Amino acid sequence: MFNEEALEELEDKIRKWEKSTVVKSLERFRERMEKFTTLSGITIKNVYTPLDVRDIDYFDKLGLPGEYPFTRGIHATMYRGRLWTMRMFSGYGSPEDTNKRLKYLIAHGETGLSLAFDYPTLIGLDADDPQACGEVGVCGVSVSSLKDMEIIYNGIDMSSITTNMTINPPAPVLLSMYVATAEKQGVTYERIGGTTQNDPLKEFIAQKSYVFPPEPAVKISMDVIEWSIKNLPLWNPISISGYHIREAGATAVQELAFTIADGIEYVRQLILRGLNVDEFAHRLSFFFDAHINFFEEIAKFRAARRMWAKIMKEWFNAEKERSLWLRFHTQTAGVSLTAQQPFNNIVRTTIEALAAVLGGTQSLHTNSLDEPFRVPSEFGAKIALRTQQIIAYETGVADVVDPLAGSYYIEWLTDEIEEQAWKYIDRIEKMGGMLEAVKKGYPQREVTEASYRFQKEVEERKKFIVGVNIYVEGGEEEIRNVPLLDINQEEIERRQVERLRKLRMERNNEAVQSALNKLSKAASRNENIMPYVLDAVKSYATLGEIMNVLKEVYGIWVEPPIY
Amino acid sequence: MEVIYTGVRQTPEQVVETAIQEDVDVIGVSILSGAHITLMKRLMENLRAKGVHDIPVFLGGTIPLPDISEIEGMGIDRVFLPGTSLQEIVKYVYDAALNKRKKKHE
Repeated sequence: MFNEEALEELEDKIRKWEKSTVVKSLERFRERMEKFTTLSGITIKNVYTPLDVRDIDYFDKLGLPGEYPFTRGIHATMYRGRLWTMRMFSGYGSPEDTNKRLKYLIAHGETGLSLAFDYPTLIGLDADDPQACGEVGVCGVSVSSLKDMEIIYNGIDMSSITTNMTINPPAPVLLSMYVATAEKQGVTYERIGGTTQNDPLKEFIAQKSYVFPPEPAVKISMDVIEWSIKNLPLWNPISISGYHIREAGATAVQELAFTIADGIEYVRQLILRGLNVDEFAHRLSFFFDAHINFFEEIAKFRAARRMWAKIMKEWFNAEKERSLWLRFHTQTAGVSLTAQQPFNNIVRTTIEALAAVLGGTQSLHTNSLDEPFRVPSEFGAKIALRTQQIIAYETGVADVVDPLAGSYYIEWLTDEIEEQAWKYIDRIEKMGGMLEAVKKGYPQREVTEASYRFQKEVEERKKFIVGVNIYVEGGEEEIRNVPLLDINQEEIERRQVERLRKLRMERNNEAVQSALNKLSKAASRNENIMPYVLDAVKSYATLGEIMNVLKEVYGIWVEPPIY
Repeated sequence: MEVIYTGVRQTPEQVVETAIQEDVDVIGVSILSGAHITLMKRLMENLRAKGVHDIPVFLGGTIPLPDISEIEGMGIDRVFLPGTSLQEIVKYVYDAALNKRKKKHE
């Protein structure tokens, strides 16, 4: 985009500037650090100029919004048309508690729902399982049967709002519960909208709420996708997630590369099933972290869109434009929040949310200030939601598409992150793709090492966290001033266990047994399990009962030591 | 120092069993889910029921301040909160292990 003569002149001027202006400046002030790096360890210079982006061909690398390679956004007018979906991850306690919280957030302007399940639900255990003791309702809502889902959506119109469900190994079960509940509300399949996370590979890499071994885990996930593509035209059956990888300590580059590599594996798996890439690609969705290193995050989002579009077009020969879109949800970085001086977390979340919006996210969750301690209070969740509304309605950042494009630094960094991510993807391809790489423990080790490196940098004060290793205050007063959500865990657990006991007595147990038997046979025949899971759910078979059938057929995963 | 890492999702009973089998000097537990009170109570009761009184137990995680006195009341030796340095934890483990071995020889 620049003429050679001007660039040569600039080169000459920079040489002189470094010898005179910069030297003079350094004589007055030494730089704060010997070496400046992003949070991911990318070395950065003092200033970026047209010279750093001289090789970037505008049409090839950027293009226009809504056009290939979609670096500038998947829609031509982005937020000028429709704002991103404000989707707060919420859920705690009993289904009744969560129903109340969802209604509260909708009343305060939330535009999409996102369910947080408790740990037993996440790994497919009923509330009355001995292993669930003490965990029921703590880090999300407890769901053991269709009954619980019906209560969560009591009085909420499922035809007019979409829901993301953060659920992985039990995704077929929770999706079935959602569909069955919507059906009871009279909502047809064509109008059921939302997302199941349903991303097994990142469970092995980072999140660790796996149940089945890698191969059957991927098989089950593909069942959900295949069934959804054919039955639920508005459903996003997978949310290919970098978020958890990043939260486990990965760098931005690793988050990007491993997520894209997971996506490549899933596309291949679906093609192996005989699906045409343009039949399903537009229903794949993504989920990224917005961390605190502002520009690096924006560059990462832009690089992600460009890489995915290229992969879908050039590797998989997708023809429909929508197949090339990388649509993504963003959550601000839980791991960047601190227990110390917790009110500072509002500021961190604001900056991270801004990066997500400048990066062109389709939906956003903003963390609450109290999340280092517990699931958010009503007060905390409201401030977090208001943060998004202030960005959307007051700051003006949503009024121009991709406003940071053309910044020498942003464009250079977008390129740099992309280049580094391709190197990881090449390595994973050589291993035979992500499923094989995961079995070898490769991404697991990379993330563990990055996480250790960062912790060391914090302790050696090479990276700073206010309240942790700089501007530390000894007092605990501020922590005590944060109003925490008050939940009576024992009471919630007692009531959930009691509800299950009643359910097991009152339901038609013959119908349950018959549905479970059919599921077991279908799973053994390697059929798509979704229709059988749906029938079992409708008979009020519990989550744990269904998962036990699947565990018997597919086995369970015990993680081998990484080192 | 030898570290026996049991991996994620261990029940209190499993932790106690491993600790006894491996004849450990110190037990360290990390909990981030918020279920620390219920689970640590179960772990300590299980440990005492097996007749173990001399293995110090420490806990790390995002533990809200109001819960700490209850946890210490269970007989847990130390609680490490967010912001603790690795050195501090290593030093604690080293001293606790040494202390336990000394007592054994007395």
